[in-house]
Amino acid sequence: MAMAIRVFLSFLLFLSLTNLASSLYEDQVGLMDWHQQYIGKVKHAVFHTQKTGRKRVLVSTEENVVASLDLRHGEIFWRHVLGTNDVVDGIDIALGKYVITLSSGGSILRAWNLPDGQMVWESSLQGSKASKSILNIPKNLKSDKDDLILVFGKGCLHAISSIDGEVLWKKDFAGESIEVSHIIQSPEVIYVAGFVGSSKFYVYELDAKSGELLKNNHIALPFRTSGESLYVPDDKFLVLDDARSKIVTININNGDINYNQKQISDLVKDSSGQAVILPSRLPGLSALKINSQVLLIKVTNEGELAVVDKIDNTAAFSNALSISEDQHVFAFVQYEDNKIHLSIKDVNDWSRDLLKENLVIDHQRGNIEKIFINNYVRTDRSHGFRALMVMEDHSLLLVQQGEIVWSREDGLASVVDVTTSELPVEKEGVSVAKVEQNLFEWLKGHVLKLKGTLMIASPEDKIAIQKLRLGSSEKSKMTRDHNGFRKLLIVLTRAGKVFALHTGDGHIVWSITLNTLRKSEDCKHPVGLNIYQWQVPHHHALDENPSILVIGRCGPSLSAPTALSFLDAYTGKELNSLSLAHTVARVIPLPYTDSTEQRLHLIIDFNKHAHLYPRTPEASEILKHEFSNIYWYSVEADNGVIRGHALKSNCIHEVVDEYCFVFRDLWSIVFPSESEKIIATVTRKSNEVVHTQAKVMTDHDVMYKYISKNILFVANAAPKASGDIGTATPEEALLVIYIIDTVTGRILHRMTHQGCQGPVHAVFSENWVVYHYFNLRAHRHEMSVIEVYDQSRADNKDIWKFLLGKHNLTSPISSYYRPEISAKSQSYFFTHSVKAIEVTSTAKGITSKQLLIGTIGDQVLAVDKRFLDPRRTLNPSQAEKEEGIIPLTDSLPIISQSYITHSLKVEGLRGIVTVPAKLESTSLVFAYGVDLFFTQIAPSRTYDSLTEDFNYALLLLTIVALVAALFITYVLSERKDLQEKWR
Amino acid sequence: MASSTKSLLLFLFIQFCFSLLPSSFAQSPTPGSSDGYTIYGRVKIPSYGTKEFSLPAKVSNVKVILNGGQRVSFLRPDGYFSFHNVPAGTHLIEVAAIGYFFSPVRVDVSARNPGKIQAALTENRRGLSEFVLEPLKEEQYYEIREPFSIMSIVKSPMGLMMGFMLIVVFLMPKLMENMDPEEMKRAQEEMRNQGVPSLASLLPGAARN
Repeated sequence: MAMAIRVFLSFLLFLSLTNLASSLYEDQVGLMDWHQQYIGKVKHAVFHTQKTGRKRVLVSTEENVVASLDLRHGEIFWRHVLGTNDVVDGIDIALGKYVITLSSGGSILRAWNLPDGQMVWESSLQGSKASKSILNIPKNLKSDKDDLILVFGKGCLHAISSIDGEVLWKKDFAGESIEVSHIIQSPEVIYVAGFVGSSKFYVYELDAKSGELLKNNHIALPFRTSGESLYVPDDKFLVLDDARSKIVTININNGDINYNQKQISDLVKDSSGQAVILPSRLPGLSALKINSQVLLIKVTNEGELAVVDKIDNTAAFSNALSISEDQHVFAFVQYEDNKIHLSIKDVNDWSRDLLKENLVIDHQRGNIEKIFINNYVRTDRSHGFRALMVMEDHSLLLVQQGEIVWSREDGLASVVDVTTSELPVEKEGVSVAKVEQNLFEWLKGHVLKLKGTLMIASPEDKIAIQKLRLGSSEKSKMTRDHNGFRKLLIVLTRAGKVFALHTGDGHIVWSITLNTLRKSEDCKHPVGLNIYQWQVPHHHALDENPSILVIGRCGPSLSAPTALSFLDAYTGKELNSLSLAHTVARVIPLPYTDSTEQRLHLIIDFNKHAHLYPRTPEASEILKHEFSNIYWYSVEADNGVIRGHALKSNCIHEVVDEYCFVFRDLWSIVFPSESEKIIATVTRKSNEVVHTQAKVMTDHDVMYKYISKNILFVANAAPKASGDIGTATPEEALLVIYIIDTVTGRILHRMTHQGCQGPVHAVFSENWVVYHYFNLRAHRHEMSVIEVYDQSRADNKDIWKFLLGKHNLTSPISSYYRPEISAKSQSYFFTHSVKAIEVTSTAKGITSKQLLIGTIGDQVLAVDKRFLDPRRTLNPSQAEKEEGIIPLTDSLPIISQSYITHSLKVEGLRGIVTVPAKLESTSLVFAYGVDLFFTQIAPSRTYDSLTEDFNYALLLLTIVALVAALFITYVLSERKDLQEKWR
Repeated sequence: MASSTKSLLLFLFIQFCFSLLPSSFAQSPTPGSSDGYTIYGRVKIPSYGTKEFSLPAKVSNVKVILNGGQRVSFLRPDGYFSFHNVPAGTHLIEVAAIGYFFSPVRVDVSARNPGKIQAALTENRRGLSEFVLEPLKEEQYYEIREPFSIMSIVKSPMGLMMGFMLIVVFLMPKLMENMDPEEMKRAQEEMRNQGVPSLASLLPGAARN
């Protein structure tokens, strides 16, 4: 009997082990994961609203996305993410059915099918010189005619057939040293106009059919110009002189070129400030911006200028839209005491407003940066207008009849940094009535689920089941849960906006545009840099809200002024903000907190000063106490130097600054610049938890992991082979790997890979590092693992030593001791190129680890760390097999079920973040790029909880069946008993 | 007879098409352009008739990637792609298509014979005579739910529990029948002493056997 139980138990165990691979059923999609698609900040937009078919708007964005959006709801019909170097210069529609995009500095022209986004043709335009690129597609109403696409790029003018992308003719302007700024097409003749130098204006006249040069004319202006020019229909150009005080009209009528000039001060009385020509294409009108005022200037046929109107406080101007043969309209937006006015006016009939609307737009979205308009015909045959607006926070709005029809938060396409925050604790007092009401629902749900597992559910039932699963209210609750699955993901975007996303379903809990990162006179190009947890309340003080530190900078240059903002993580309110007097080179969160749980941060600036935040006497006291324990390093990749630093003393300006420190260099490692160039450095995550220091080998031997927070992985490539794949030969390529202690500067381990090159992607965890690089000899990607073990503690295994107290386990571990290190390493082939590598992190570090690899195909693959184990051998012994060592193969297996993104793509993948859940088995994964993706993964299955789809109904049914069986057998045995007695 | 000639003609036509392919495979630099060659190729995704419902092969979502993201190209409706201005040297081309596993391709663009291009799959080191890339396998991202069967219920832990209980309930009395009558009597007496025969008292009785 006991034997039977044992057999039964082992059978059970076997069954539970067979499905070890972490994978997903198709109907579980969306249960624990969510996926959001974005496009990025819109650069150009073209409407396609013909009477038949779906109305759409075609956009190109700063993330190099070409997309077609539904004009009704703002959803994506189709979308293509071009390569990172393939910047879109122009987008338009040709023949009414193709979307034409010009990209890569005017060298690649592609046509996409309008309904489904299939690429129809692609043509490569050759040229010799980098120049401005212009895409010009004539608006021909007859779509059956072969439209000529004119493209100016790389110093050449190309005429391309829009049907198949064939280059019909080409004219090279590279030799003429002309800065072409305009291409004007009339049925037979093409005008190409531009400046040579800053005062000679050239106009070329070309034959539209053959590209032959018909005429070449130029005019020399007696002064220098500002370089910007504007074309006004009927052969006129507007130019400003370089002092921006005169407007010059250049008239090219009938082959003659002449010019008129007029002082701006003659047009307007008070014209202090720089004048700028707005690049809006308005027939017959031109817009001149002086400070915040816009002058609309009409150019008469005689070349005379007349001010039509002055518009104050304008934010954005649209291009002209022709709504009938001779009616052209344009839109502009005005700000007036916290109100936003959208006006649409006729270019020729200036007195009348076609539309004047007041808009209410969330203040958090910032200013309107761009506006695109489109018209529709109302039922009463009057014209209605819709406006697409690009906001300062990169979001996209469609406005119609004064209402926002839809909005897209496309700032989330450019996430720069991510942190997490816990949610508030649930308040006591859940009403009983609610539970009772839900009991029936609960049971019904589980009966449905049971039907689902038994596969006897009808299609309606299946829909109900899916709905039940996705709509479980638990998931998106705004309170902390027992397992720690519900959290806030706090993301900082490039626009300087901070979003809090709920991990349950990805909805935006709050968002804020930081005041310090608003576009203003002092802050022209604000960018978000980093985001840190500032204050995490301790378990005892759960009524306090955690707070977040956001660091932003006003411009791309490193010396631009920076600002700190402190946010409440629950509400998104800005608690405090500081404009810093110093620059920010690096932020070091220190492992110390003050009495209010604020974390101490050191900010290193470019003048070799360290600044302590928060600036409180208490923080300064704590730092003084730990003064000699603070070390950090800096990497100067250009010079090939890594330096170690420690604090020295307070800064001495006029007065002693308590919170500013000078530091000293402790050590430096200088790599020979002729043979090595730093291409990647990686260190351990500071908040990683390691469960055990020792690792038991198969022969019951113990190895001690070398675990140190101050450890740095450096990958150096030969300078010749530090570029892309395909630029170096195996003979000149070399990859050198270092593991460095950042306190002493000691090189713990050095390794070379001959014939290998970057890009190197690496991840450091516990005592091992895994890195990905390219092997030129095999012409395949490789991944290597290095595990570092501490030999100095290796002889602590003797039990007698323990008993006699002669072990060195209690001796303090310090970086000053010379460690005896042994490193084990192994390499494997890996099929794909890689964009990012991360490792799962769990609450206690007990669960085995998985590597999360973001592949070039924008998918995230989970690979068990067991596959990257230096102890793998070709023929593992029985003992090794029992321990779970996998026989060595030359390449890492790619199991398609272990793609955690399953059949989705995280387009433009840039980074992966893992956060431990409270439940030890589970790790939360957030992958970001143009898209966002979130999921929970359990690297060793959820061994500590029942899975989401655990069937309570089946359990209940089994219990009922057992009770019934018990009862029946009882009755049967009673009856039998009675019979026995009668016998 | 007529049909056979027709098929022969078709065959010849296909042969002709294939003979055209290699010429489009390698291309010398276009005159007047800067340094660099053009790589032409084709991605062919066979339509698996039966499996099409699970993952339709959408050509429009396939990307062809040169040198780990240096350049990205898209497919034309017929599956052709091209990279222009590629310098001579050894390059790597990867195909990213959801639902299919493609091997990366090593492409050698020769500088000595202008425009000569050689290609080989890096996964299995197979050379390509013509630059047609086909998926090595389909990728199945989801576990397949097994349809309902009695066996799956029986195999599930709860099914096993039930089965075990049934064995105990129905097989044990049978086993007891084969017992020694004297011992049986003793057991029954014991049971009577305890009163109601419960499952718990049945089990040790059986175990003693």
